[in-house]
Amino acid sequence: MATDTQLDLWEVFIQSRNGSHHMHAGSVHASDRKMALQNARDIYTRRGEGSSIWVVPANSIVASNPDDADMFFDPADDKVYRHPTFYVMPEGAKQI
Amino acid sequence: MSINTAPAIDDARLSKFEESVQRGDAVEPRDWMPEAYRRHLIRQISQHAHSEVIGMQPEGNWITRAPSIRAKQILLAKIQDEGGHGLYLYSAAETLGISREEMIEQLQTGKAKYSNIFNYPTLTWADIGAIGWLVDGAAIVNQVSLQRTSYGPYSRAMVRICKEESFHQRQGYEIMATMMKGTPEQREMAQDAMNRWWWPSLMMFGPHDSDSPHSSDAFRWKIKRHSNDELRTKFIDKTVQQAEVIGLTIPDPELKWNEATGHYDHGEINWEEFYRVIQGNGQCNKQRIAHHKKAHNDGAWVRAAAEAYKVKQAVKNN
Ligand SMILES: [Fe+2]
Ligand SMILES: [Fe+2]
Repeated sequence: MATDTQLDLWEVFIQSRNGSHHMHAGSVHASDRKMALQNARDIYTRRGEGSSIWVVPANSIVASNPDDADMFFDPADDKVYRHPTFYVMPEGAKQI
Repeated sequence: MSINTAPAIDDARLSKFEESVQRGDAVEPRDWMPEAYRRHLIRQISQHAHSEVIGMQPEGNWITRAPSIRAKQILLAKIQDEGGHGLYLYSAAETLGISREEMIEQLQTGKAKYSNIFNYPTLTWADIGAIGWLVDGAAIVNQVSLQRTSYGPYSRAMVRICKEESFHQRQGYEIMATMMKGTPEQREMAQDAMNRWWWPSLMMFGPHDSDSPHSSDAFRWKIKRHSNDELRTKFIDKTVQQAEVIGLTIPDPELKWNEATGHYDHGEINWEEFYRVIQGNGQCNKQRIAHHKKAHNDGAWVRAAAEAYKVKQAVKNN
């Protein structure tokens, strides 16, 4: 048997309607961007789930490492003053 | 004295992993996981994917003979969904480090299994009704439970699949209901399909809990959330009433409501048949794999052409 290929891996992001975020829906295999878009449409939007699709070659995605997550995200750990509940509002003040 | 810290590090990681699974956190592809967890999932998810894909064959058998254009459109859409389910699941398995090429090879060489149910033939149009209603119905019970499985990509695939499955079961039940309102021959055909598909559908949930080889790790790691017998009972409890409504008889003289448990009791399942079919001696095992190989090989030139086109485009754009 000749060496087989199942083509390249792409990640699929779908916007369900204008105004919302593109969300990760899953992956497809395709040899080029046009095929990736068409496959993503056929696989992830058979019931009108999307108004827009992004496809990204999976090897172009840069991801944080879960093993480093504690260290990587710790700058946010000690900054409670970024949350509105941190502040003491004067008694009686309204709509703030 | 030799110092080897690797096992200690692995022990620490294992207990951290188990704690997090116990808390109900999902496991994501790049998280550390025990090798046995990874292997269990690869086996289960790829087997699930193969089932979706091989399951297209018995139904595909009736596309050109569907009794109306409406029925044909529905059946095509249903089978297309199953192909999609296979693809969601292959993608989920790939996140664990196995390639699609490897999975296909495992299927074609018999190293990986698929659901036994698809080794039975579809003899009449009523079989298409029985498959949608009973086989998809059984699959749904299992898949609803798996929506809460611990591995993130598998769980997300299940959520998407469950959304699509409910039409599958309803279209099958509609076929059965329509036939039961038809001529005596049509009613007989529906009952015959029921008789042939009922027991294999119950077998889809796998061996009884007391004989289930892989379950303890699967429960501890929350891959599996309900036992085979629990799920089988849930399926029976739902289906008995649906059969009654359209006048079908369940081919089990021992089936009866049990006041004490609040569930149906059922007769003995023929496990000999189950193991015989798993071992490759069902009616259609050879045909299913031969057909898969043929479709795969017939499509090889398309994949080669797509690759060649990609290379050509890359040269042009440079
Ligand atoms: Fe499916
Ligand atoms: Fe289905």
